[in-house]
Amino acid sequence: MSNFTTTIGLEVHCQLLTKAKMFCHCSTDYIGKEPNTLVCPVCLGLPGSLPVLNQKVVDLALRAALALHCQILPQCVFHRKNYFYPDLPKGYQISQYNLPIGVDGFLEFYSQGVKKRVRIKRVHIEEDAGKLIHEGMSLPPDTSGVDCNRCGIPLAEMVTEPDLSSPEEARDCLMMLRNIVCYLGVSDGNMEEGSLRCDANISLSSSSLLGVKVEVKNMNSFRAVYRALSYEVERQKKLLEEGKPIFQETRHWDEVNGVTVSARSKEEAEDYRYFPDPDLLPFSIKEKMIEEIKSELPELPLQREERFMSEYELSQGEAEILVQDKEIADFFEDTLRDFNEPRMVCNWITTEVFKNLKELGITISQSKVTPAHLAELLKMVDKKEISGTIAKSILEEMFVSGARAREIIARRGISLISDEKELENIVREVIEKNPQSVADYLSGKEKALQFLIGQVMKETRGQADPGMAKNILIKVLSSEE
Amino acid sequence: MNIEEFRGFTIGDYHRLFKEKKLSPLELVNLFLERIKEKDNKIHAFLFLNEEKAKDEAQKKAENLPDELPPLWGLPVAIKDNICTRDIPTTCGSKILENFVPPYDATVVKRLKKAGAIILGKTNMDEFAMGSSTENSAYGPTHNPFDLRRVPGGSSGGSAASVCSLEAPFALGSDTGGSVRQPAAYCGVVGLRPTYGRISRYGVVSFASSLDQIGTITRNVEDTVTLLEVLSGKDDRDSTCAPYPPFGRSEIPTPEEIRKIKVGVPREYFPAGLEKAIGERIQEILEELKGEGIEIVEVSLPHTDYALESYYIVAPAEASSNLARYDGVMYGLRVEGDNLQDMYFKTRTLGFGKEVKRRIILGTYSLSSGYYDEYYLKGMKVRTLVKQDFEEALKKCDLLITPTTPSLPFFLGKKIQDPYEMYLNDMFTIPSAMAGIPSISLNCGYEEGLPIGLHIIGGPFEEGKLLGLALFLEKVLALPAPFPQVKEDSNE
Repeated sequence: MSNFTTTIGLEVHCQLLTKAKMFCHCSTDYIGKEPNTLVCPVCLGLPGSLPVLNQKVVDLALRAALALHCQILPQCVFHRKNYFYPDLPKGYQISQYNLPIGVDGFLEFYSQGVKKRVRIKRVHIEEDAGKLIHEGMSLPPDTSGVDCNRCGIPLAEMVTEPDLSSPEEARDCLMMLRNIVCYLGVSDGNMEEGSLRCDANISLSSSSLLGVKVEVKNMNSFRAVYRALSYEVERQKKLLEEGKPIFQETRHWDEVNGVTVSARSKEEAEDYRYFPDPDLLPFSIKEKMIEEIKSELPELPLQREERFMSEYELSQGEAEILVQDKEIADFFEDTLRDFNEPRMVCNWITTEVFKNLKELGITISQSKVTPAHLAELLKMVDKKEISGTIAKSILEEMFVSGARAREIIARRGISLISDEKELENIVREVIEKNPQSVADYLSGKEKALQFLIGQVMKETRGQADPGMAKNILIKVLSSEE
Repeated sequence: MNIEEFRGFTIGDYHRLFKEKKLSPLELVNLFLERIKEKDNKIHAFLFLNEEKAKDEAQKKAENLPDELPPLWGLPVAIKDNICTRDIPTTCGSKILENFVPPYDATVVKRLKKAGAIILGKTNMDEFAMGSSTENSAYGPTHNPFDLRRVPGGSSGGSAASVCSLEAPFALGSDTGGSVRQPAAYCGVVGLRPTYGRISRYGVVSFASSLDQIGTITRNVEDTVTLLEVLSGKDDRDSTCAPYPPFGRSEIPTPEEIRKIKVGVPREYFPAGLEKAIGERIQEILEELKGEGIEIVEVSLPHTDYALESYYIVAPAEASSNLARYDGVMYGLRVEGDNLQDMYFKTRTLGFGKEVKRRIILGTYSLSSGYYDEYYLKGMKVRTLVKQDFEEALKKCDLLITPTTPSLPFFLGKKIQDPYEMYLNDMFTIPSAMAGIPSISLNCGYEEGLPIGLHIIGGPFEEGKLLGLALFLEKVLALPAPFPQVKEDSNE
């Protein structure tokens, strides 16, 4: 049985964060809007209408291309991609072909702790198509409608070279790409809402030659990318092992059944008859503009991840979790300003803060807890004024009510047990009440100590620091011997 | 008043009558409407008459005569039916847009309205501006007012015929390869195609975007100047519209300055197939110009022969893409089918005429992978050579004079079966269109009662010089503006 190498390349589309569409003044804020309410003669492609480029689109795409280390071509051209479909009002899509905005870049990311590099073939800009609607919209039976709100929304397409060698890598690469566009403010990178879409080309081979390429579409989450590609690896491996051919085709990921399904054969691929759009002039990007954008690029996720590792001595895994969301990473660093314990802050954010956000179904920017408030709480834990357990329950309330830790403590009447003497008295009471456990502990049953700690916590209604309680217990018990 | 009194009128003449209260915009609109009702059943220049709205607008204006009249105030205008007019049908002479009523005005229509003009109606044209005789209209051909058996030229045949027969004082057309100048020549009126980018294309239904340009059809050069002032200038809705201020008549040289210019005569524009009378008439005029002190030099435009061929690669290629939107989905004609493909197929089969289909097929072919380099790309390269020809020639002279057409207005039905024969009609107007440079056709005489067009070509954005020579020539020739009898043979 031969070993197969997997080769994967990605084609990622992201919606550029502009207020107006690519070639008209219509709003891009289409989510939740009534069909065909964000349209005009231009994005509807009415006879006689002409496109005029929204310069912001170029700025954003240029930012992405530069962050991906692309070369910027001195002259860019819009081409028409001609095909018929009801969601395409003009019968062609304005896109880019052989003169895109950026070429020959690269992207670095960590996958399973190892740093990888994937080459970026091109970054280009194009307009989105509309959406077919098969129900609602008071449609007569057996008919479909077209919603053109999305027509003309600007997209950047980023294409990698086939440098990825596993579904994990593909997913991690996509996550990094998403992070980059989010960090740049180029896109909101939301896969569920379709502002980030990913197609993949995958082939397997047992030789140095590339195998037959299969295109996988309809993957609407990072998990879907991983699952779909893993499925494809297995499917193609099985075919190769059985000596069966693999067809060059497009396959759709079926999320529900966890399989890819053949969509259309590439053999009957359409001829898009690309040609330069005569309605739009070629545009050149000035060196000065490139320099300006370069100098304004923010710290990118990988740089930040590596800085977190060196500056805060976090593991790659910890750093990665934090930087994956720019706002979380900002929150982390803002908290450190008031309480400079990186590891502890990292732990609290990645466990407790995440848990609360998830329960409330919000993002960090929507949360009522500020970095300063979290720092205040963690300081109290650090000084052992309150136990971690108490702090967790206080944090929960902070997330719900927005109150600060000290207010909650005062309201709940929690007395802060930081006095070792007082805790020792409670420990002695517990020892007295539980002679059997004490005996068990003294005879070597470590478990009994946990029980006793639990009893101390119960007595103090959780207000003691479990670590301190443990130390005092051991001290008192050792004097019992 | 009798409409014939307007025969030699310029816009300024109408304005004088308005100011003297001898004529009101409403009276004027009514006179033109009467004329249309009297003659257009024979000519068929109009596809749509904007009767009620035009009268309302004229009435409003009649009640409120301003002290300072905007440049086109109170004047009716005919508009080619491929220019979008809000709430007025815009069919492009095609079945596929039979019921299309644009929700917006083209930039040129906005500018006309702002200048005080009143939309009289929409004029007939070859379907999607593809043709040289107006016979390709889905709504029947337009007839030449000089001889109803003959074509008025095309594609702006309706506009040219309406201005020629004084159904309208002036009109808008569009010129992709000669569609304003050739019908102007056939109808004995003035047709200007400005520099590509001089006038916004926004709202002009695209045929070949890199060639389409709005043009004017008028009864005298003076009105062309006024219209160009109103229509030209930067438009934020058209990226291909030049970011220059509007044309101003101060750019026109004085007659004294015109006498000092050098006129080039390209030898390739006098081929063996040129109608004898046309060649002779142009030569006579060149002699007259010499007599006026203007220097005439022979020049060469060596790639002239290839201009037509490359035009029929480039223009259909763009058209095949521009016409893809007429798919029955959102507006215009839809013929239901068994499925989506079938609906597309039936709609486009029934909606488009023969010539449009021919060009869509030509264009689709030349853009197809494997043929792109051989056809479209080569066509574009030849286009560059054609452009360079003019650049070289215009280094040796200020303007070029050529015939507008190789023949006189031909009989309806004579060339419609032979597309190549029809295409040859545009051999003198296509090259300057490919080069994007301005040119004008004006009447320079008659042969057996049929008008002969003289063609002046200038450098990019040199409409001033172009119009200067046109005004000069008009004066030298002193031909009265046309007022044909509208009957079945030529007038003389």
